[in-house]
Amino acid sequence: MGWTLLILLVVLTVVHGNPTVMVRTGSGPTVGFDQHPNSVPLGEDIQTTTEVVEEVMTTGVLNPSHYPARRAATVVQHYLNTRYGSPYRWIFLSTVHSGSAEVGVEVEDQHTLGSVSGQCSAELFFPGGEGQSAPQVQASCEGLHQSNTTAQEEAFYQQHRASNNLVSGNNIPDSYGHMEPSMKPFWQLGGVASSFIMLRESNESTLYNMAQVANFTQLETEKDQLRFNYHVLLHEMISQEIIHWKLLVTWSPEQGVQVLQTELQPKCHHCEAPPNTTN
Amino acid sequence: MMKGLLVLTVLFVAIFGKETFEGDKVLRITAKNEVQLTLLKDLAEMEHLQLDVWMEPIDLSTPVDIRVPFTSLQTVKAFLETEDIPYSVMIMDLQVMLDEEKEQRLSAARATEPRTTDDYNYTNYHNGDEIYSFQDMLVAENPKLVSKIVIGQSYEGRPLNVLKFSTGGTNRRGIWINTGIHSREWITQASGTWFAKKIVTDYGHDATLTAILDNMDIFLEIVTNPDGYNYSHKTNRMWRKTRKPNPGSSCVGTDPNRNWDAGFGTAGSSGNPCDQTYRGPKAHSESEVKSIVDFVKSHGNLKAFIDIHSYSQRLMYPYGYTATPCNDQRELHDLARKAITGLASLYGTSFRYGSVMTTIYRASGISIDWSYNQGIKYSYTFELRDTGRYGFILPANQIIPTAKEAWLALMAIMEHTKDNTN
Repeated sequence: MGWTLLILLVVLTVVHGNPTVMVRTGSGPTVGFDQHPNSVPLGEDIQTTTEVVEEVMTTGVLNPSHYPARRAATVVQHYLNTRYGSPYRWIFLSTVHSGSAEVGVEVEDQHTLGSVSGQCSAELFFPGGEGQSAPQVQASCEGLHQSNTTAQEEAFYQQHRASNNLVSGNNIPDSYGHMEPSMKPFWQLGGVASSFIMLRESNESTLYNMAQVANFTQLETEKDQLRFNYHVLLHEMISQEIIHWKLLVTWSPEQGVQVLQTELQPKCHHCEAPPNTTN
Repeated sequence: MMKGLLVLTVLFVAIFGKETFEGDKVLRITAKNEVQLTLLKDLAEMEHLQLDVWMEPIDLSTPVDIRVPFTSLQTVKAFLETEDIPYSVMIMDLQVMLDEEKEQRLSAARATEPRTTDDYNYTNYHNGDEIYSFQDMLVAENPKLVSKIVIGQSYEGRPLNVLKFSTGGTNRRGIWINTGIHSREWITQASGTWFAKKIVTDYGHDATLTAILDNMDIFLEIVTNPDGYNYSHKTNRMWRKTRKPNPGSSCVGTDPNRNWDAGFGTAGSSGNPCDQTYRGPKAHSESEVKSIVDFVKSHGNLKAFIDIHSYSQRLMYPYGYTATPCNDQRELHDLARKAITGLASLYGTSFRYGSVMTTIYRASGISIDWSYNQGIKYSYTFELRDTGRYGFILPANQIIPTAKEAWLALMAIMEHTKDNTN
């Protein structure tokens, strides 16, 4: 059966001004998964005169309007969050602009409430075969550190490291998309921590986002790391499933976000809790 | 009710720093003679009893109402009985009564929410009942322009309401728009509500919209999956499907956007009732879907069919069930480009566009594939904001910007439909 390879050279650029990205397929065996518009077998009578499919087949360029580019870029986003994310830095892709190959990375900066940009180039490799393996990503970025979140992170860290006032929260955001401002860093931390799982679970047929932090509880600080139990809801776009995970998360400004334990929660059809349940 | 109101009024005046009235009773005492009346006045003045006189001892014909704190009850009752002064208990437990009053007031306040579509709050999410009230208000306020058609019932018996916007004619060309077929996509029902108001506001004022409505009718189903919507408010915010049980399974619901008769049962939907993309036992098994199918077929003159979802910021045309491009791909693609360019002009929000298959994933049994195969050329599906940060739980303060920008895209599609069909 061999390996299903999808090698992309994804150059992620910035949201500010005019993004200028190229997305190219690398060399290697033809993409194997059968939903891909590229993989129309030669024998089939296609009569395609549309620019959409033609463009992909003749130039070999991965159309950023098409889903493979989006899925790949999202995996890179998850990877970047595991590397650079914090309660004050939750990295998101900007949307892909139609018609030209543009993918941007948007970094949220808590104070300025704007987006700061960085330029990343990444290589992404989806291993196939037996045994679900996490995608392999190599990326290097410039400019991500422009967004200086150090002061906020340090203040947050100092505020919460003493164990006499452990924080917890649930339903972040709530059903109406609302959250208390004090909860926002915990939401973002949940998103970054979720990225570890989302990265690990991703393949060519998935697209993950964190849907909600069901709840989190701060535990005693250990080895200078803030520690939390998180229960997060992930949304997988292709199956449309909501997947529950519990995580043990640590963070400090120096060590960044670490996920020590993950536990998939069973898909339970009967145990639907009312929206405001605290677990 | 009146008595309650009086009690409340009196109470507001009478309260001094007391937190709770648990166990307190209000006694109505009827003095039989002057001697007893004097005794009552003395009683009322005994400070340690902390009696709270509501109706003063004046004369023999008027009863005396006194709130007796729980701690003084035994003493007061003993006194009244010893002196043979008749009394009755007017209020058994004041705190209980206050709690009930409060609850009544709150629910009265809730029930008297917006009286007109002008004081309806478009900047927040509303439940199904509130949206249905909105619809009725809109019709009442615009009887010449708007009417409500009930096209069927949901599994749990809720009406499936469609607003018809029409300036007359007989079976004019029509545009169909629905929101909320997937109940957790709350931004869509909220946007649909905003669209409804926008239409009545702009008719007669915006030239393009006026021209559209002078020639065509618009049909808008805001809560396409009311059972799911109710469930997403009360029980599970992330509920997507209908609420019809599946025989032989503990899992409830069918994905109403995999239930249409277009590539039904093929790859791009699930045969497992426990899955979010479960297609259902057969095409059009869900009344929420069948009702639209029946309506569309009996109307016979719809020229556009727009099914609105969230999230991921896309505008898509058929097909989802096959990679074979639809016959009108070129035109639909160009119109989509025009529509999302208009959309982006407002806030810079960027939408991708293309066929369902190439843009998002293979999906079978979807609404717009069916409507397109019925001959409704301008079949589009939207995925509104955002791209994943908030996902389904989009903050309410984004409702109006989202609706406004989407409206620009809708207008482009509707105008093109008007100009290119007959």
